[in-house]
Amino acid sequence: MRFNGLKKAAMAGLGAAIGAGFALTAAAETPKMGGILDFVVAGQIPSYDGHLETTFAMIHPIRPFYSLLIRVNPDNPSSPTDFVCDVCEGAVPNPTDDGKTYVFKIRTDVTFHNGAPLSSKDVKASFDKIAFPPEGIASARRTFFKMVDSITAPDDTTVVFKLKYASGAFIPAVATPFNFIYSKDDLDKHGYHWHEKNINGSGAFMFVQHQPGAFTEGKRYPGYHLKGKPYLDGFKAIEAPKMAIRLQAIRGDRAAIEFRGFPPKARDDLVAALGDKITVQESDWNCGLYFTPNHTRKPFDDVRVRKALTLAVDRWGGSKYLSQIAIVKTVGGIAFPNHPLAATKEELQQLAGYSTDIKASRAEAMRLLKEAGAEGLEFTLLNRAVDQPYKVVGTWLIDQWRQVGLKVKQDAKPTGPFFDSLRKSKDFDVSMDFNCQSVVNPLVDVSKFLGSAGNNYGQYKDPLMEDLYDKMNREGDPKKVRQYMRQYEKQALDEQAHMGLTLWWYKINPHRSYVKGWKIAPSHYLNQSLDNVWLDK
Amino acid sequence: MTVSQMPGPGMLDDVAVQRSWHGAAWKLIRRQPLGAAGLAVVLVMIFMAVFAEAITPFEPEANSFEFMLAPPDGQFWLGTDQFGRDIWTRIIFGARTALYVGFVAAFIGAGAGLVLGVGSAYFGGLFDLLFQRVMDVFMAFPLIILALAVVSILGAGTSNVIIAITIPFIPHCARVVRSSALAIREIPYVDAARAMGFSHRRIILRHMVPNVMAPFLIMLTTFVGQAILLEASLSYLGLGVQEPTPAWGLMLQGGAEEFAESAPWVAIFPGLAITLAVFAFNLFGDALRDVLDPKLRAR
Amino acid sequence: MYKYIVTRLLLAIPTLLGAALLVFILLRAVPGDICEIRLGGTGLYADPKQVELCRENIGLNDPLYVQFGDFVTGYLTLDLGQSMWTGQPIGYEIGLRFKLSLQVAIMATLVAVLIAIPLGTISAIKQNTWIDYLVRTFSIAGIAIPSFWLGIMIILGLLIGTQAWFGEAWMPPIEYVSPFEDPLGNLSQLIWPAVATGYRYSAVATRMTRSALLEVLREDYVRTARAKGLLEKIVINRHALKNAMLPVVTVITLEFAFLMGGLVVTEQVFNLNGLGRLFVDSVLNHDFTLTQQLVMLVVFIFVMTNLVTDIFYAWLDPRIRYS
Repeated sequence: MRFNGLKKAAMAGLGAAIGAGFALTAAAETPKMGGILDFVVAGQIPSYDGHLETTFAMIHPIRPFYSLLIRVNPDNPSSPTDFVCDVCEGAVPNPTDDGKTYVFKIRTDVTFHNGAPLSSKDVKASFDKIAFPPEGIASARRTFFKMVDSITAPDDTTVVFKLKYASGAFIPAVATPFNFIYSKDDLDKHGYHWHEKNINGSGAFMFVQHQPGAFTEGKRYPGYHLKGKPYLDGFKAIEAPKMAIRLQAIRGDRAAIEFRGFPPKARDDLVAALGDKITVQESDWNCGLYFTPNHTRKPFDDVRVRKALTLAVDRWGGSKYLSQIAIVKTVGGIAFPNHPLAATKEELQQLAGYSTDIKASRAEAMRLLKEAGAEGLEFTLLNRAVDQPYKVVGTWLIDQWRQVGLKVKQDAKPTGPFFDSLRKSKDFDVSMDFNCQSVVNPLVDVSKFLGSAGNNYGQYKDPLMEDLYDKMNREGDPKKVRQYMRQYEKQALDEQAHMGLTLWWYKINPHRSYVKGWKIAPSHYLNQSLDNVWLDK
Repeated sequence: MTVSQMPGPGMLDDVAVQRSWHGAAWKLIRRQPLGAAGLAVVLVMIFMAVFAEAITPFEPEANSFEFMLAPPDGQFWLGTDQFGRDIWTRIIFGARTALYVGFVAAFIGAGAGLVLGVGSAYFGGLFDLLFQRVMDVFMAFPLIILALAVVSILGAGTSNVIIAITIPFIPHCARVVRSSALAIREIPYVDAARAMGFSHRRIILRHMVPNVMAPFLIMLTTFVGQAILLEASLSYLGLGVQEPTPAWGLMLQGGAEEFAESAPWVAIFPGLAITLAVFAFNLFGDALRDVLDPKLRAR
Repeated sequence: MYKYIVTRLLLAIPTLLGAALLVFILLRAVPGDICEIRLGGTGLYADPKQVELCRENIGLNDPLYVQFGDFVTGYLTLDLGQSMWTGQPIGYEIGLRFKLSLQVAIMATLVAVLIAIPLGTISAIKQNTWIDYLVRTFSIAGIAIPSFWLGIMIILGLLIGTQAWFGEAWMPPIEYVSPFEDPLGNLSQLIWPAVATGYRYSAVATRMTRSALLEVLREDYVRTARAKGLLEKIVINRHALKNAMLPVVTVITLEFAFLMGGLVVTEQVFNLNGLGRLFVDSVLNHDFTLTQQLVMLVVFIFVMTNLVTDIFYAWLDPRIRYS
């Protein structure tokens, strides 16, 4: 019990000499045991089955009950390449067999909350369910694992993934936080739907109760495999769909933190009101907000009109002002900003709509519109009826287009009808669009721009882009990959202006200063196991 | 209900055809001071809505971020919102949206209710029975739930909001009109008219409709207020009028609440506008009720 | 009388059936799909095969008459089925929210009664004086103020007020605790929405009290009582108010029924996990099974309240039975 000793020493130091700076620092840095973390979540839990779901609203309350095979490093979650073992032993394995075989060693000290030990067969069963779901079982991330050929468990402590071809996308896919490790016994005994309504994980916390629409409660799992953790006695995830309530909850200390994100103005208000009782963490966010013209609708089949749409948008100005009221900020191209594969500022400025001279851009936009006979065009922007950032950015976008003479109305639809319009009826002029991924993996994330991609709604065919994407993913030389990425980007955003990027999201998490140990990640899906969070109260 | 309780044509004339304009105004102020105040506010609102462009120098939809969330001062009388848009301007233009939705929904809803209610009462029989059951079904839903359902089917936007608000109004008006019309139908002069061989149309238009005018007009004014409130509620839920169109309920949603502590003006003034408008329509409706039909005051 | 009750009960059946049919059709007319939302809600690619599987699993691919049959038999046998969204039993999902909605409805009704009866009485006694005008203005304002805005103002006022007063902002609790576990915590959460909606519902009741009382005050027996020289206070309390109460009670009862399902917007403002929010959420999620049963519950409460009031009236006033 090394940890308790440290804590006692710290407490003694604190008691003996309040004035001693060292003791104080030590006390502040040493995790304290105990306490319940109250946090607010914007959405509702659809089901408890991570393999089936895609929403952060279930990750935040449910992820702490489960372990993963590997996860992003909780001490360095901002890195897109830093992964550590969770139920595996040692470091994340390097591939053998020309990058086609990964061998994971499974820890022997992991137990499920029902007391059963976790072994390689559980890992295999879980990933089989995700990658090769049996007939009749839905899996949301099946396509993530299309490079996987087979998963085997030769003995109790070994799991082997054999790939069809080497792929840099494999390890990030494994680290996806929805890949909960289930017990094979549960799957065998209760079937594949059992986990939708029941929880038996091996995570840092044990499920206590979930009141739909109200809250989810968890308590400390004493048998957690990372010794000394978790620090908290438990947590309570309170559902609060309105951002105003979530803010006020932190303001009035009804909750300590919210893990999705607030706009800067809200951060400023909280800091102004509460001073050093609030700590702010910020990060770029692996979510891009786009607008997608419907290429089958006139006049958006005309590249000049599409280009005018993107030229009219003042991204640098938007970054300055819009970023104060919406959860977006960073001007970027198609790849996650500041990633080695992302465009530099100079490269960006070569693209249509990224020039710092917005007057010239707008003049060009109006010229193109005139040329295409689409001056003063009236159309409707389809949007998702969610305030942050969709509706706020939509309202801003309409004003941007107004400045080149376009008359745009907004039609914000609730999530269901919104996707129905995008995917089934396809009855929109231009739609707000987005791409939100968990683990940063630009090579996979940018597939969004392919006309053939399942989550592309522009309805266009562009063989050049398909070709470039293919080459980029088979290329081993990072320099060449980067070149392909630039060509691909230029084609998508400029030459053909298939889609327009507004701004990348920007994650701001102001929280009560007594919450320690939680580090912001570039995604609201990541680093939510809560095992290293503690309360300094 | 007996005939004596129904307003005679003479009482209607009393309000409708006044001898001189200022004479009527003075009479209204003396007899119904609250109603007169309500009417005055309604008239001012209509004036503002019609001449919105002339009243304010600002555009209601243009963003100007350099004035983001500015507090009320000489330039922006009621401050600005998170897009730097002048709130006073958006309230004036919002009056246009509110009155448009309010009047259209009320007129169509009450009008359809009138036709259906009178028709149902006049023809009676199986039609009346079936019609009553259909009305029962609609009346069993809370207004907001029915409106929400319609909006989720049709999608948001001003015209769909009007439809969503109008549909639940129809049975409410039809019900009231029908019961008044039934009372008329039973009295001898309708039978006499029938015996004299007058057409259905003539009997309905000349005898029944005028006699259900009082409850109809009262329903109409109440509906305008209710429609404004419902529109605000739907817009607040994000299912009503859409940005950037200025609308009061919409102005209370999103940033208005989130930044309420540091910029309370964004949340306060649109709410006051809604309150004042609905208040005025209700005051006026109350006065109308007193004048047209003292017995109905209780409803 | 029995014949009247039986007729009214029978008439409730087509209403409920019609409501069921209406809800069933309306829901299926909404574009969108619960499986699309689930599998692609965050912009992920939703594999059509997986969507199809999901639809199959929750019964969306059954023929419509089967779905309707399941819905109606489930309703009649009180075996409400499972929510499509959470997979939990619908009885459990609704039960959770029912407690809260019931409590808010009761509290709001209490607030409404406490405002309406004294104000309505004063207004009637002082008819056409400035007090009367003041009361009427106050009560019409209750109808005019959007209760969601009143809610926003209350929260804002609490935050700013407590900050100024105690130096620490206080916010009402955002999660429900049972009044039996923590009465104070429960009250400190629910008193605000109760006041915001109770004020609104007091308006109609105030006007009803006023006009009913005015009517009774003109009746002969009240005049007689006055003529006998009874104190005005006794006349009002013993004779007039008692007889004027019936229509007031009716109005309050009908409003109570509305409060059970109609607080859609207020529940959003105060983060209340009640029936109104459940309705909005389940509609937005395309959770057909849950929405259907929820709406039927609200409709049932409505129809039954109306029925009981009508029967009560018929019992008091035999003329109604024959009209």
